Amino acid sequence: MKPASFNYHRPQTVEAAIGLLARYGASAKPIAGGQSLGPMLNMRLARPEHLVDLNDLVELDFLRASGEVLEIGAMTRHIRIATAPEVRRAHPLLAAAAATIGHYPIRQRGTIGGSLVHADPAAQIPLIATLCNAEIIVSGMAGTREVSASEFFQAVMTVDLRHGEMLTAVRFPVLAATTGWGFRLFSRRRGDFAIVAVATTLSLDGDGRFATVDIAVGGVDSVPLRIDLSGAAIKGEIPTESRVSDMAAFVADRINPDDGATIPAEYRRKLAAELARQALHEALERTRGVAS
Amino acid sequence: MISLTVNGQTRETVAEPRRLLCDVLREDFNLTGTHVGCEHGVCGACTVLIDDKPARACLTYAVQMEGHEITTIEAVGEAQLSPLQRALHEEHGLQCGFCTPGIVMTFEAFLRDVPDPTEEEVRDVLSGNLCRCTGYQNIVAAVLKAAATMREARL
Repeated sequence: MKPASFNYHRPQTVEAAIGLLARYGASAKPIAGGQSLGPMLNMRLARPEHLVDLNDLVELDFLRASGEVLEIGAMTRHIRIATAPEVRRAHPLLAAAAATIGHYPIRQRGTIGGSLVHADPAAQIPLIATLCNAEIIVSGMAGTREVSASEFFQAVMTVDLRHGEMLTAVRFPVLAATTGWGFRLFSRRRGDFAIVAVATTLSLDGDGRFATVDIAVGGVDSVPLRIDLSGAAIKGEIPTESRVSDMAAFVADRINPDDGATIPAEYRRKLAAELARQALHEALERTRGVAS
Repeated sequence: MISLTVNGQTRETVAEPRRLLCDVLREDFNLTGTHVGCEHGVCGACTVLIDDKPARACLTYAVQMEGHEITTIEAVGEAQLSPLQRALHEEHGLQCGFCTPGIVMTFEAFLRDVPDPTEEEVRDVLSGNLCRCTGYQNIVAAVLKAAATMREARL
């Protein structure tokens, strides 16, 4: 379990990193925290000729919460996203999800940019980015462009990055203080990738009826799925126990997980329904100021 | 030739870029306290500190560590056992000892970050270290005991 040989590059600026990626193309791989790419290199599932180390790009390690938008630099570590007061204020759902990534030492190294680009279908950051319609900032020789999360994730571990481009930041719309949020994931061992994960945000109107509800599910398809709830006729409904269970069942009906050798599709579907029910409850409690 | 700072000392070696930090520590610098288990980040045995933060030495290439400070188990409890090491001894928090260096490095850092952890927080952090002997109960007890001892020492 030792990686194949590679040439090592340690650019000092984003421009230099982009230059290296443009020059070496598909034979180069950028490495951020290395907590996903490292195992792939060690197991030789990835064999790049050139490894471009982004760890000196300290200008990409930042949090900027300004009014409506929380912008996070690509090299910001999970531990900072999980614990920084500005993230817990501006986007407590993102902070809570980041706190469940891997293990404590993994979170010290792993980065938000790395997680987005790696695009594991069960990973936390892509799920929250999809739910919240995050904007992904990508830079290359031709300049900078913004991609919505729904278009960025294309397939399993496949994202909209073109030749010589790298992800430099991500922008999340700030969660309103009145927004309730819930996050649930299930894995067999703490720190493993989720078998299924569900995230939700919702708001109630002045009469305590549903105003908006968004739900996304991870681990059930090639990319995180934002569930279209328009067919569920939720708006204006009273959030009763049975209404929440109906919504969870609606979500489970909208997914079509693979029938795996170890995990049957039916198991994932039932798990998605139960996690959705729990996440919706958690979110409702937050709108009522019960959960913290 | 690469130059690394390990336990406060500058050390030099010739290492091609693909060489893992854990292998360079063990084979080139003879610092064999860092154990190598799974080599893909799961077991936690190779955990060292990079700039005082715990990290997997098997997911780090030695060449990446130029300009950073590495701390290994050899730097902990040099004169006498650290409070955490003593608590692991007293609470029978180890048997074969293979996972212990990684656990010590993880919690030396964690207890600096969180001096008064709950049992749940300790278990969450401990989930990153596999132990096949103890069943974890005594490790949890030892970490909580060490935390209490270290808090008292600070008063």
